[in-house]
Amino acid sequence: MARYSDPDRLRFHISLPGIDLRHLATKVLKHWMLMVFALLSTAPVALVLINSFKSRRAIFRNPYHLPSAETFDLVGYETVFAKSQFHVYYFNSLFVTLTALALILLFGTMVAFALAEYPFAGNNLIRIFFLLGIIIPIRLGSVSLLRLIDSLDLIGTLWALIVVYIAGGLPFAVFILTQFMAQVPGELKDAARVDGASEYRVFWLILPIIRPATGTVAAISIIPMWNDLWFPLVLAPGEATRTVTLGAQQFMGQFSNDWNALLAALSLSSVPVLIIYFISSKQLLQGLTAGAIKN
Amino acid sequence: MTASLSRRDQPNPRKSFPTHILVFLAPAVLVYGLFMIYPLFDSLRLGFFAQVTRGVEQFVGFDNYVTLMTDDAILQPRLLNALKNSFLFFAVNMLVQNPIALMLAAVISTKTRGGLLYRILIFSPAILSLAIAGFVWRLVLSPLWGIVYDMLKALGLEAYAQPWLGLESTALITLALISAWQFLGIPMMLYYATLISIPNDLYEAAYVDGATDWLVFWRIKLPLLMPMVGIISLLTYIGNFNAFDVIFALKGADAGPNYATDTMMTFFYRTFFGSGFQKADPHMGAAVAGTMFVILMAGVLIYFFIQRRIKSYEF
Repeated sequence: MARYSDPDRLRFHISLPGIDLRHLATKVLKHWMLMVFALLSTAPVALVLINSFKSRRAIFRNPYHLPSAETFDLVGYETVFAKSQFHVYYFNSLFVTLTALALILLFGTMVAFALAEYPFAGNNLIRIFFLLGIIIPIRLGSVSLLRLIDSLDLIGTLWALIVVYIAGGLPFAVFILTQFMAQVPGELKDAARVDGASEYRVFWLILPIIRPATGTVAAISIIPMWNDLWFPLVLAPGEATRTVTLGAQQFMGQFSNDWNALLAALSLSSVPVLIIYFISSKQLLQGLTAGAIKN
Repeated sequence: MTASLSRRDQPNPRKSFPTHILVFLAPAVLVYGLFMIYPLFDSLRLGFFAQVTRGVEQFVGFDNYVTLMTDDAILQPRLLNALKNSFLFFAVNMLVQNPIALMLAAVISTKTRGGLLYRILIFSPAILSLAIAGFVWRLVLSPLWGIVYDMLKALGLEAYAQPWLGLESTALITLALISAWQFLGIPMMLYYATLISIPNDLYEAAYVDGATDWLVFWRIKLPLLMPMVGIISLLTYIGNFNAFDVIFALKGADAGPNYATDTMMTFFYRTFFGSGFQKADPHMGAAVAGTMFVILMAGVLIYFFIQRRIKSYEF
């Protein structure tokens, strides 16, 4: 820190008697700027949500007004439910993401435990093996992946998406979980071993300790799986296996001139995610913060 | 990573490999190896093959790559165009998203009332699918709806209103800005996390001497942030070089108008599955993926080269 040791350069604060005007001005400027960005981040989606409940005329006449008794209209939602299978898309997305997530967490913690606990030959190699997946996007392997999935007779099934998402999600999960596993105190495990617990039992016993980490990994892993457009398009594009993202995308392509339907479809695909986000945001953001510091 | 290992004992090769470790490793290694590592390398291999007759593949060496780079009817111009666009897409994200994220993080990390709320709101678009967020912007930018026109009018700039997503000259930059807008929260959070992890005593002395927040940021915090700037640049590169969802959702596989929004990933998709004026060719697709693989790796290597020169501090 030698460069900052010149105290004269740091000493030019202007202080006023009474109120610190400069301080106040900075504070106002700061909040004004943050509000502008908060508004810019939320307004587009908010506009879509508000207008999805209005009649076509009201959407264009006064887009900034909340729906009133006069302008309230669910015609967009009626079109969406009549012309597409949104309930199927929801089921597909939920089934795929939750199954993949559960297996990512299970397999990921197992590997993390082994990597952090045992200094076996090849430990480093396994770490690098998983690190590769963080750098290289799995999409680049699509040509071969499509053949593989085809040869396994999984094309057009939800399991095609599940196995690919597990593979794609594992590197990050292993990376984060290994860091946390390494911090679990050794006494705890040794105490269990002294009591005659098997290694599997030891693993099972320390799972609750790393729960905060699994929560973070879960929150961060689920977002790209839920939102992915590429693999549903490549591996399971059929109507019956469409996920919310693909289903909404295809629907909006077909009804690109029906504004009521567009706004309703956009709302239907974003609201569930937003609700979950706002409920869990504190934990998610704190997890992100903690994760970033650890790495 | 290395730190946690170096503390551990060296493995003893004479012991036989314990079963329980295998059990812990097997499921993840198998699924990840089979569905990620194998396809990645097998795709690279397929790039060196071509289909001679129906169902018969033959090794052709670098033929696909040569065709890709010299066929001036379709492939080469498309490849160069997609390459240029991919880099532009990355550059816009890098130059717009990164500084704004850093600025927001710097502001929120000083004592700010409502800091968590600001973070929650600014991060919120990042959880939406790019296809959905892109479509939201398509409506907001639509001249039919006129939202952006109203906004520009409020600023006295209505003369600049254009259908940005539809014009060849502006479509790609608009899409890149949508992506930058959506994921602004991620670099913001990473910068924020780094900033709040800087121990107070590193800059408290400066405050005691009367330094302003501004000066403390430039002279103390920013140098400490440089390693994170590097990591975020790499993440931005990896994430944006593969831009696909927003382009496909708004512009389709042909990445119009007139391929103005075509990136390497949409080009890969078209080459692989065929569309419009291009016939489907998985082997050529694999060659496109191979090209992208090389470009990505080059970026990663550049990062590691530069990163070694950035001084990082341990607290």
